Amino acid sequence: MTGPDTTELLRIDGLTKQFVKDDMGVVALRDFSLTVERGSFVTVLGRSGCGKSTLLNLVAGLVPPSSGTIAYNGRNVTGPTTEIGYLTQSDTLMPWRDVRRNIEMPMEIAGVPARKRAERSRELIATVGLDGFERHYPRELSGGMRRRATLARMLSADPETLLLDEPFGALDAQLRKEMQTELLRLWQGSGQTVVFVTHDIEEALLLGDRVVVLGRLGRIVLDKPIELARPRDADVLRVDPAFVALHGELNEALKEGAKT
Amino acid sequence: MSTEVAAPSHTVPLERTWWERNGRSAVVWTARTVLIVALLAAWEWSAERLFDLTFTSRPSDILTRLVEWNADGTLWIHTWITLQEVLLGFGLGAVTGVLAGFALASLPLVYRVLEPFIMALYAIPKVALAPLFIIWFGIGLSMKVLLAAATVFFLVFLNTAAGVREVDRQLVDAVRLMGGGRREIALKVVLPASMTGVLTGLKVAIPYALIGAVIGELVASNRGLGYLINDAAAQFDTAGVFATLVVLSVIAAILNLGVSMIDRRVGRWKPLEARR
Ligand SMILES: Nc1ncnc2c1ncn2[C@@H]1O[C@H](COP(=O)(O)OP(=O)(O)OP(=O)(O)O)[C@@H](O)[C@H]1O
Ligand SMILES: [Mg+2]
Repeated sequence: MTGPDTTELLRIDGLTKQFVKDDMGVVALRDFSLTVERGSFVTVLGRSGCGKSTLLNLVAGLVPPSSGTIAYNGRNVTGPTTEIGYLTQSDTLMPWRDVRRNIEMPMEIAGVPARKRAERSRELIATVGLDGFERHYPRELSGGMRRRATLARMLSADPETLLLDEPFGALDAQLRKEMQTELLRLWQGSGQTVVFVTHDIEEALLLGDRVVVLGRLGRIVLDKPIELARPRDADVLRVDPAFVALHGELNEALKEGAKT
Repeated sequence: MSTEVAAPSHTVPLERTWWERNGRSAVVWTARTVLIVALLAAWEWSAERLFDLTFTSRPSDILTRLVEWNADGTLWIHTWITLQEVLLGFGLGAVTGVLAGFALASLPLVYRVLEPFIMALYAIPKVALAPLFIIWFGIGLSMKVLLAAATVFFLVFLNTAAGVREVDRQLVDAVRLMGGGRREIALKVVLPASMTGVLTGLKVAIPYALIGAVIGELVASNRGLGYLINDAAAQFDTAGVFATLVVLSVIAAILNLGVSMIDRRVGRWKPLEARR
């Protein structure tokens, strides 16, 4: 999978993360290695508790690894950077800011002037379909709306890499489909790199250029390029033999990953 | 996209009658008024019949006393002194308490080392400090201000520190992801998140600012409402004592109102049920 050095954006080498719980060490991720190419859309598939969120936390620079290295753009990751946007699994909107001010927050920190902030946040609010809710506080939104507001906040910083941790898990099937389409539209031609964590096989196949299936402790069970033609329509693909075969293969890989 | 995702909820104008909108508070205020009037009437009626006037006084006498004191200026001289002590004491205690709370709570190790000592100091009845404060600061204004500030400080400090320590780690991480440093974390997360704690501290501290100032005046003073109580009691003037107490509760009510106004402004984002 590794291309020439110029296309390699992210290189993870021998990554291990161990948490301390009382007098025990809890291993969440063991000796994990992966490279991600610039501009690609990688979906990471794995059962609950296999270390997906831990992996993203490490890549985002929120927590230091116990051992191993992460190189982003050839530089070692030592802390968070604004080049990487990370949509965490749980929502972290500031409860005392309304939707608009939440979305503007990264721009506020980056020192973007107020006029431009307002313009950009209006755009993003429309993109995620939250028009009319600008003045609502997070508690006054549904779970899916909070998720979309968080997504808009992340996008407002114009990151070149997106780490998404089960971004659409809380959405209903219809909205999830629309958001997937919207995400692909934003991604295509933007040159952005996406690492998308999910435990939904179909979602992984619909979105990714490449699917990485994780087993326990982040062991890579399968790493497979997905060459289905875009745009991919779930209803058409469901009866496509290539898709059905991939679906079966990923399902097997997930089962195998759960064993050891 | 924006057109596809129809907003799942919409607002409708509510045609609420005056009663639906204000009924509850109208009932509450009516009940309060009825209660106070009934109490005062019962007091007025029973004062001479069931109890000795020397001990219980009666509302009409208290009112007369207030009018008298208002006319000859006694009321305003003493109220002004006490008000100054209360406000200065409250302000001093609140500012130092908030600052110390923020500073110490952001240094967890130092906080852990100091916590037992702080709790021990907090547990000292501040009244017991009055004689010491007289030795240190004399019997002037500053001694009462510091006595008031001593209690206010601990209440505000402990509540602020608790608020800062309970800030959601994930929100802090969110700001780090946005490229924020210590400054942004402090201003955009820790400060707003701990506001609830700060305001709780301010609210519970109000009566203690009054207690501190009045105790100081009771112990050593020839001015202020505490002195007025002492003086009136020494002359068996219970009407005077009650009149002073009325003034003190009015001061407390005004301070309470001020803090809850700040609270309402700062807490707009909270759901209605949590605001009370
Ligand atoms: N702070 C922590 N302290 C101790 N153990 C942790 C901590 N964070 C994660 N773990 C452990 O690490 C393992 C992996 O957790 P992680 O959150 O990465 O799983 P996940 O793959 O994201 O699961 P899910 O799909 O349910 O979100 C789990 O067994 C979890 O108990
Ligand atoms: Mg997770």
